[in-house]
This record gives sequence, C-alpha cells and structure tokens, in this order.
Amino acid sequence: MSWKGWCKVTVKDLVEKFGLQAAAGEKGLGRSVKSGFCGDLLSDVMANAPEGCVWLTIQSHQNIIAVAVLREMACIVITGGHTPDIETIDKAGKEGIPLLLWPGSAYTLAGSIYSAGIT
Amino acid sequence: MTAFIKSFSIKKRDFVRAGEASINVQNILKSLNMDHKLIRRIAICGYEGEMNAVMHGGDGILTVEIDTGRIILDIADNGDGIENIELAMQKGYSTATEEHREMGFGAGMGLPNMKVNSDMLSVESEKGKGTHLHMEFYVSTD
Repeated sequence: MSWKGWCKVTVKDLVEKFGLQAAAGEKGLGRSVKSGFCGDLLSDVMANAPEGCVWLTIQSHQNIIAVAVLREMACIVITGGHTPDIETIDKAGKEGIPLLLWPGSAYTLAGSIYSAGIT
Repeated sequence: MTAFIKSFSIKKRDFVRAGEASINVQNILKSLNMDHKLIRRIAICGYEGEMNAVMHGGDGILTVEIDTGRIILDIADNGDGIENIELAMQKGYSTATEEHREMGFGAGMGLPNMKVNSDMLSVESEKGKGTHLHMEFYVSTD
C-alpha cells in the first residue's frame, strides 16, 4: 500500500508500516512527515535537510538531537543497528523528537519510504 | 536602537549542552513571529558557529541582537584561533580531530555554510587567542 496522494503521513505511520523501534521521544509520534534525508555529516545535514523530514543516519550521539530541532525535522531514524547513547535518548525525550531504530541499511529503508510516497 | 539583546555561554568541549544556545535563539525568533526562512538561516549559522566554539574554542559567548531591519549574531571564543582564515573559508578544509570526525563533524562546511546563509559574515581570529564571528541577517520590512 502506498501513501501517494495522502494528505498527511505521521511518524507513527512510519513506525507501524516499517516496523521501526521507537527508542525515545514518543510524544512526537503525531508529527507529520513531509520528506526524507540521509546523511552522517552534520554540516551537510544542517545545510540541506528539509523541514519535516525523516532523517536517516548512523550517528547516535547526542548532537543529532540539536540538529533535528534546529532543522525542524519530523523524526530521526538511526540505521544499521547502531544504538543511541543514553544522553541522546534523554535529549530526544526532552525535545520531543521521535528517535527510531532500524537494523538494516539506510539504503533499504530510504528506498521503502520513498516508494511509499514520501519523496 | 537595539530592541533586544541576549547572550548565551558556550563551554569548551561541552557536547552535552552543544546546540542549546542556537535552539534558544531559534525559540526567541519563533516567539517574535520572524520569517520562517530567516529563522532557518540563522539556526544554521548559530549551530555551525556554536559547534566551532565547542570544538576549537575556549569558552565562548553567543550573542543575538535583534535590531530594526537586521538580526546580528556574534560568536566569540578565546580558544585555538584560526591560523589561515582564507583556507578555513574553503569548502572541505577542516582542522577537526579524529574524535570530532567520528561524530560527523569536520566536513569543512562550517564557515562556508555560515557565509552562504548570512547576509554578512566577518571573521576575526588570532592563533592561540580566539575567534570572533560577526554575522548579520537583514529583515525585509514589506
């Protein structure tokens, strides 16, 4: 099933459709997801990530939360089976940024999300 | 006449609080209903400057000044300083350590990002004494 043509896809929809694990920031699950971005270099992400995006990264340290807040992202997915630091979990909870986990590669998840209509 | 001015301290190597000054500035600008795109540009510049100060600066101060027609960001630190500003302004040039790179910093995009996203950027620095970044953002009044 595709989301093409849907007016609103939420972080919760992503979690349910792709079996992502929510590690923190559950209060932000109702945020709407408008696009996506992949990146591990924080300056590149700061410069180019679109507003309301789902951000796929292998970075798991606490500084990713400030980047997500400042870029007004919908959520972060830590890919490749990396696990977030405890400080990252705390900050995500404090800022209400959903922090999701995906065991596979960013490539496969990005492809699936894109195919589902988040472009 | 300055309508509003506020400063935030930046601590050297404090990755726990890194980014908080910029998030505070973003919240202030949002509460003033400033233009969305302008806020995003200021957020990028604030974060890049703040992270530079955290990684290379000694302790520093980020000051936001909201004036008629413009917003000013000043980020001053008394840290390492920049040896060659011309090189530092080049995309891809970085003096980040291995530790910084592992965290996804050190792409050599900090100062270039600030230049692109501000209307005016001046960099004053002396090796071993510190760096002062001054950025201005013009607010359209229409």
